[in-house]
Amino acid sequence: MIKKVQLPLTEETIAELNIGDQVLLSGSVLTGRDAAHKRLVALIERGEELPIDLAGQTIYYVGPAPARPGHAVGPAGPTSSYRMDRYTPPLLERGLKGMIGKGYLGPRTLELMPKFRAVYFGAIGGSAVLIAKAIKSAKVVAYPDLGPEAIHRFEIVDLPAVVCVDASGRNLYEEGPKLYKSLTL
Amino acid sequence: MREMQVSEITKAVAALFLQANYVIGKDVTDKLMAAKASEPSPLGGMVLEQILDNNRIGAEESLPVCQDTGMSVVFITVGQEVHLTGGGLEEAVNEGVRQAYTTGYLRKSIADDPLFDRKNTGDNTPCVIHTRLVPGDKVHIMAIAKGFGSENMSQLKMLTPSDGVEGVKRFVLKVVEEAGPNPCPPLVVGVGIGGSFELAALMAKRATSLPLTRSHRDPRYKQLEDELEKDINRLGIGPAGYGGQTTALKVHIVSAPTHIAGLPVAVNICCHVARHAETTL
Repeated sequence: MIKKVQLPLTEETIAELNIGDQVLLSGSVLTGRDAAHKRLVALIERGEELPIDLAGQTIYYVGPAPARPGHAVGPAGPTSSYRMDRYTPPLLERGLKGMIGKGYLGPRTLELMPKFRAVYFGAIGGSAVLIAKAIKSAKVVAYPDLGPEAIHRFEIVDLPAVVCVDASGRNLYEEGPKLYKSLTL
Repeated sequence: MREMQVSEITKAVAALFLQANYVIGKDVTDKLMAAKASEPSPLGGMVLEQILDNNRIGAEESLPVCQDTGMSVVFITVGQEVHLTGGGLEEAVNEGVRQAYTTGYLRKSIADDPLFDRKNTGDNTPCVIHTRLVPGDKVHIMAIAKGFGSENMSQLKMLTPSDGVEGVKRFVLKVVEEAGPNPCPPLVVGVGIGGSFELAALMAKRATSLPLTRSHRDPRYKQLEDELEKDINRLGIGPAGYGGQTTALKVHIVSAPTHIAGLPVAVNICCHVARHAETTL
């Protein structure tokens, strides 16, 4: 069964999400990758105000390709999430509730997710065209000088993803492969 | 002597990078379809289906199938009877990359300085260019758009001769297992064995661009390719790393003579978005 999930996430929704769930995400997400994360965390460390409010928000780790005329965005698949590990703890403390990316999360992030009741959604790496079709509008909300790495707000409808780490801390990347592993190194 | 304007090379390079980014090869598609039919994991099957749909639409609509349109790598083989005129070869190749990435709606992903500035060059140049001079009057160009999700999971190790076949297997499997879901499996695993430190890496890169229908011509290496593929698919990682039996679509080995004291092994990981295109001028 595929679950429809509305963003921003509510505690009620979060409580219903389990690893391995196929979901269709709709609503509003922020985007950010390495460079934007670095700037946000630098502001937090200096005690300055952020250009965006993170409370309850979901960040999609993405740097889209340029949009063809008439398209809201270019192809926009996920980037590797582990690179954001250094920056994620202070964002969770500021109320971040969801991340969308691909691949492992780092240890700092994984450790804090149950405490902050955050959820990690995996989007399929390399399915950038399909994902772009779910993005209906894109607006730069901070750091336009970063180009594709600027922080955007996307309005999305039925973006396909899979719950990879749920709020209880269970991890699909640990549990899924165990079911099919027949060779131990 | 054959005269060739370097502008022909620019034109060819630009066309190859557009093709590579928009159209996934039939060899990859065939492997993905076969995997979808045999993959026992329901989530794995869903992932493979989504990848196939994505690639079909990318080709139909001339859209890059992945937003990471890669670092541009070109292997160019120039016949020594060709006289190139009208400019420098490397600038001509870079101009082809520039044209493809600035007019083809491809993402520009190159940082000008790796450590300090990291400013985007704005046109995906410079391209990584490997040039060989060979007999003949032809120019062969292989264009590879290499995403860094998988490039970052690649490794090289200087084994010793006593490590042998088992040592090579252990290392390749360790690299794939450590990478887990990060490089977007199912993968094409390029392995360079022998040569020197840098040649091993170069061979591994070359291996990722070989047709998936081809195997090493030495039956002993072919057997090693097949065994590695089978073993990788027993690691359980599966499509997108959600668990399953499809982790590698193919393992390609390229080998070369090496020093009596050495056994270099390089593993260049390529995601299922295996993008390359070639032509002969």
